[in-house]
Amino acid sequence: MNPILTLRQATVRRGGRPVLKAADLAVRPGELVGVLGANGAGKTTLLRAAMGLARLESGSAELGARDVRGLSERERAGYAAYLPQDRRVGWNMSAWRVASLGAPFAPAAVARTRALAALRRVGLGGLEDRGVLEMSGGERARVLLARLLVVDAPILVADEPIAGLDPDAQLLALDLFRDAADHGAAVLLTLHDLALAAQFCDRVVVLSEGVVVADGPSTSALRPDILASAFNLEGRLETGGASPFLMVTRRKPQP
Amino acid sequence: MTRLMVLLLIAMVALTGAGLLLGEVPLSAAQLVQAFTDPASGPHEVLFAIRLPRTAAALVVGAALGMAGAVMQGLLRNPMADPGVLGVSGGAGLGAAAAIAFGLSGAPGAIEGAALAVALAVGALLTVLAARFREPETLILFGVALSALLGALTSLVFNFAPSPVTLAEVFSWLLGSVANRDWGDIARQLPAMALGAGLCLYAARGLVALTLGDEAAALSGLPMTRLRAAAVAGASLLTGASVALAGIVGFVGLAAPHLVRAGAGGNPGRVLLPSAMAGAVLLAVADIAARVIPTDLELKLGVMTALVGAPLFALIAWKAARNWRG
Repeated sequence: MNPILTLRQATVRRGGRPVLKAADLAVRPGELVGVLGANGAGKTTLLRAAMGLARLESGSAELGARDVRGLSERERAGYAAYLPQDRRVGWNMSAWRVASLGAPFAPAAVARTRALAALRRVGLGGLEDRGVLEMSGGERARVLLARLLVVDAPILVADEPIAGLDPDAQLLALDLFRDAADHGAAVLLTLHDLALAAQFCDRVVVLSEGVVVADGPSTSALRPDILASAFNLEGRLETGGASPFLMVTRRKPQP
Repeated sequence: MTRLMVLLLIAMVALTGAGLLLGEVPLSAAQLVQAFTDPASGPHEVLFAIRLPRTAAALVVGAALGMAGAVMQGLLRNPMADPGVLGVSGGAGLGAAAAIAFGLSGAPGAIEGAALAVALAVGALLTVLAARFREPETLILFGVALSALLGALTSLVFNFAPSPVTLAEVFSWLLGSVANRDWGDIARQLPAMALGAGLCLYAARGLVALTLGDEAAALSGLPMTRLRAAAVAGASLLTGASVALAGIVGFVGLAAPHLVRAGAGGNPGRVLLPSAMAGAVLLAVADIAARVIPTDLELKLGVMTALVGAPLFALIAWKAARNWRG
């Protein structure tokens, strides 16, 4: 199947410094791809470049085989839903109204129905009328996840969607992304939890200092030399069980 | 129409009545009857040629400032934003001050025209910047720089004022007032206000999308560049026309959206109309207070709103700080 989201040799510069260097990425419908890397490795920039939010110094970004720069705002939203890392919500709107922002063109009643359904899926049934600024950070993150699920788009892109969630909510969120991929969506996530990435993602892309240093199934992309060079960790991926299990033993000794 | 808006509408009608009945010169019951029955009488003149246009001016200026404040707060996602934050009020003030200093105050509509012209020039510049830069912080920084520059230029006008009389005239104008405004004064500003309100209402759905930040809004599918530009242009038109009609009246644009935000469900799009109505109510109350508080010289409207608004501003800051601390 052809990729629906593509980056080719994408380079992004910020403050005179390249933060993404000649990155290649292809995500196909039905795939759940995790983008991994240490802080400052360029994960968010990679997502922003793919969405057309970061200006490319060179290379190209395509959604649905069309250059993202040539898409209208409406066309781009038709291809991709995006959950930014920034979880701040400006005003104390009710949870269902925030979730319904994922469907700005739907009739009000339809947007509300979809928002309520999405809130139930993220475990917030019964809290739909609560103001988002009266919620805990984790609950608010779930509302924003519900907003992403309300969007009717073939690509879901989420920047650290499980950061700040409790373990149960993390698994719930990843189950939802897995489900979306199983139903044909192309899903691209940045994650910090390598073990969960290995468990849930079909493929992981590892970034180190703006360079894609590995791209493939977790069994190959999270091999010991990548763990050491990209994450400064010693460990190995156990593949004997039902799903891959990452065993991190310690930080790599400093020379 | 929501219950909140019905209540505000009732308040506006009641204040219009109060605006007719209350003033420096008390009218007896017989004079009031005469005012409504004899178009040639003095009381009729007081009510319909002085008090009614004055009240109408307070209502439209308050409404324009209330809506402009709500738009600025939504656009910049900042509860402290007001119509003057990006420098449009300062631009209008400079235009008016320059017109007075250049001796144009005798020409009908010259001060108002100059105020609106400079405000629109500032608004046009801000509209271009809003379309170019997505982040509210950038727009605020430009606004701060622009306000400082326009303030300095207004000070320059003070500096070179040809006479103390001119200086006093500029100063008095800048303090804000709707006294002695006639229907013609209001009619001249209504087209800009109507266009500004239309643009703001068009931009409302963009303000709602901005609740989740610039990048989420950018991927919402809405034409955000156009909506942001419409919001800035609309708020600039409303603010510029308000200053042209009544001078600089602070705090109404800041306070009005806060008074009605909870009633609008926190929704920055739905808060626009209630904010306009709350602004109209606030300014009508302030104007009536300025008329009836017994002082040798009538209190200026800008002074009146600032006296009430400054403590309110501090209260908002205090509550916001509590939220930031958690």
